[in-house]
Amino acid sequence: MMRLLTLAASAIALAATPAMAQDFALSGVTLATGDGSEPIENGAVLVRGGKVVYAGPASGMPETPIQLIELPADTWVTPGLFATVTTLGLWDVGAVSESNDTRAGDSPFNAALDVSRAINPDSQHIKIHRAAGVTRAATVLTNTGSIFGGQGTVIDLGDDADPVTTPRAFQVVHLGETGARLAGGSRAATYAEFANALREARDFANGRWDAESAMLTRADAEALVPVVNGRQKLYVAVERASDIRAVLGLKREYRSLDLVLVGASEGWLVAPEIAAAGVPVIADGLDDLPRSFEELASTQSNVGRMAAAGVKVAINASAMENPRNLNQYAGNLVALTRVPGADGLSWGQAFAAISSVPAEISGLAGRAGSLVPGAAGDIVVWDGDPLEVGSVPTQVYIDGVAQPLENHQSRLKDRYRDLDESDLPKAFDW
Amino acid sequence: MKRLAPLALAAGLAACATSGTGNETASASKPDKEWTVPTGQDGNEPFPSTYRPYPGRPTALVGATVFDGKGGRIDNGTVLFRDGEVVAIGDASLSTDGYDRVDAAGKYVTPGIIDIHSHLGDYPSPAVDAHSDGNEATSPTTPEVWAEHSIWPQDPGFSRALANGGVTSLQILPGSANLMGGRSSTIKNVPARTVQGMKFPGAPYGFKMACGENPKRVYGGRGRMPSTRMGNFAVNRQTWLDARAYAEGDREKRDLAKETLVGVLDGDILVHNHCYRADEMALVMDMAKEMGYKVSAFHHAVEAYKIGDLLRENGVCSAIWADWYGFKMEAYDGILENAAYLQREDACVVIHSDDANGIQRLNQEAAKAQAAGRRAGIEISDATVISWITLNPAKAMGIDAMTGSLEPGKMADVVLWNGDPLSVYSRPEKVWIDGALMYDSMDRKRRPVSDFELGQPGEGDVK
Repeated sequence: MMRLLTLAASAIALAATPAMAQDFALSGVTLATGDGSEPIENGAVLVRGGKVVYAGPASGMPETPIQLIELPADTWVTPGLFATVTTLGLWDVGAVSESNDTRAGDSPFNAALDVSRAINPDSQHIKIHRAAGVTRAATVLTNTGSIFGGQGTVIDLGDDADPVTTPRAFQVVHLGETGARLAGGSRAATYAEFANALREARDFANGRWDAESAMLTRADAEALVPVVNGRQKLYVAVERASDIRAVLGLKREYRSLDLVLVGASEGWLVAPEIAAAGVPVIADGLDDLPRSFEELASTQSNVGRMAAAGVKVAINASAMENPRNLNQYAGNLVALTRVPGADGLSWGQAFAAISSVPAEISGLAGRAGSLVPGAAGDIVVWDGDPLEVGSVPTQVYIDGVAQPLENHQSRLKDRYRDLDESDLPKAFDW
Repeated sequence: MKRLAPLALAAGLAACATSGTGNETASASKPDKEWTVPTGQDGNEPFPSTYRPYPGRPTALVGATVFDGKGGRIDNGTVLFRDGEVVAIGDASLSTDGYDRVDAAGKYVTPGIIDIHSHLGDYPSPAVDAHSDGNEATSPTTPEVWAEHSIWPQDPGFSRALANGGVTSLQILPGSANLMGGRSSTIKNVPARTVQGMKFPGAPYGFKMACGENPKRVYGGRGRMPSTRMGNFAVNRQTWLDARAYAEGDREKRDLAKETLVGVLDGDILVHNHCYRADEMALVMDMAKEMGYKVSAFHHAVEAYKIGDLLRENGVCSAIWADWYGFKMEAYDGILENAAYLQREDACVVIHSDDANGIQRLNQEAAKAQAAGRRAGIEISDATVISWITLNPAKAMGIDAMTGSLEPGKMADVVLWNGDPLSVYSRPEKVWIDGALMYDSMDRKRRPVSDFELGQPGEGDVK
């Protein structure tokens, strides 16, 4: 499948035009473009050569020889959901360790860990999430051995052999309670480890890295070079207000860092500072419990309050049972607008928080997560309002390619449509 | 029956609540049943409930769409309650004289939501080791432990379940590390200084059991039995045989473990069995027949849809998530249609949370399961879907004679929703427990704040 072109040629492999991309046009639908605007009725979408050519009112559709597919009026069309942060493609069964590549705690490496070659595009979780309307995702390890979690990859969920959109798109570091535990037991140790790692990376970049005195492996020091020089985003997992302030302060010391906050349950307490720093947030959408002492002020209104302060906020897919709950979480943030004293998002903002905003944070602004001309033809046709519980895709396109929606679960659904074994056991029903 | 009846009577009644298909609305009574827990030296049952309903106003909810919890729906309906009890529900012709009228036009009313599977209090927030009180994982069978001795009433999670989920009653279970994890406790979601102040008066105890991967992993990993599924069954069966021998004796010498097991054998304590796989649930139901007890509900039950017929025939409820799957081998075959396929077989469906976040959205989980059924060609009415989170869990917990539906004489556990409860866009507007207003989204002071949250950032905030 075609990967999205990006300017950072070093990080991107170019690929051929997709062989199976279809040209198609859908109309008569409720259309949400993912850019934060509100949905429009009687919209239309035109996709050619795997790219969006037009998305807007049906009346404005350009002349095209492509056959227009009229869909039922209660159908919705949106860009595919963009899930960040996830472990999609890295595991089959969570508790079956040999099937699970999400943890590498016994590895001597940390920042150098790169999941791009570990992604399995045939994973059931990829198939199941494709059927749920997730078309792209950022996927990365779970931190286990070090404050650095390794380098995440942006993938598409297409039914083909090449899932990688952008390898090594970002590095992860934990600087809150988890980071403190991994660094030796204290946040003070976390920042010492963090400063040392960045110093070694600078030394490496300047040809002064010395294996004799180094604490990092050569591979880890090298892996952090694009972080210190700002060519690779640094996803910083923190929750507490004071930790967020400390992270924003890192920019004074390391001017080039391209920071993204992940979690940020107390972000609303420091929202103006986050907005002023221009740092985007991948926020835990509905956390409202003091599950730890770094989340005492958590509230479902966190996202709404940060957005109101001008912070760019995506909903964190790792803070829910499965990334396929992203639309449910976004819908809940809309629900908050009707609760006195609570702060939520408009429908358009909420949908953007699971489409264009995470795409933008992942380095794919205008190329995924929204239906702007030139963006990837990642299109989902829904049987109803996509933020409403129970709505599901009836068709999914990735890069303009119509996707199969079958998977292990749909096959079980078919087999157990009844319990009739009068002729043969269920094992013959397939 | 009066809901504050003595425990002996109430427990006897309630223990029968889950006999039959689980879809019956009335409980058979068994009034001559003796409560099996010996009284203490003070002559009282141990750790009795001290909960008493708080004062409430006679209230009429007028003009709402009413789901009664037992499968009924009234458009433009009226719900009347006073003195802690539901007085009447009906259409617009019902007189509201003597009641405070609440205009509920465009809004919805349901019974209080009930979560049959929660660890609020025994795995509370903050989730620190000092609070980790849900698994007595030092022996594969610990029938002697009682969840109520682990419940921390100051868990802030109770208030979130109330305000966002409309949860008015819930069962707090021991964890699933052990084959026999101990007694559960059913509580009302009312803040209290003590757990006794939350205990649901007259609710029977539950007994937590667990199949499959957890017990064999926890104990097998320590080189002791059980380390296999056959080991799980062997330990269970021998434990039941020993309990039978105790039960058939004079029962004079007090033995906490045996008292719980005998309570199960006598039908006074309801078994809640964590079990994922269909084949394993079938084995458990046969073990129960061999030993002379009944399973009230399988919890988690991700493969229940494969044996909906068996579950119906045995009268066992399935307490399930809408969409959890894949996190462990025995959860690999989870499908969205689980609830709908069970309903198709007329088996008893309960949607549960097992989660401090999920308990805030049981209505949404039920809606997801309903929608999956619709796509598979199984139409299930909204009113029936509401029973999955109200009357059905009440039945499986043995409290359905007291709550779970809006019927005259039942507890006035009531949620007023600001929209359709099966929509993601709706939230509880007001929640009454025994007729007392315990949450009001329009009044920022009518919202519980636990001791733990006082003086902390976000105290009293919307959550």
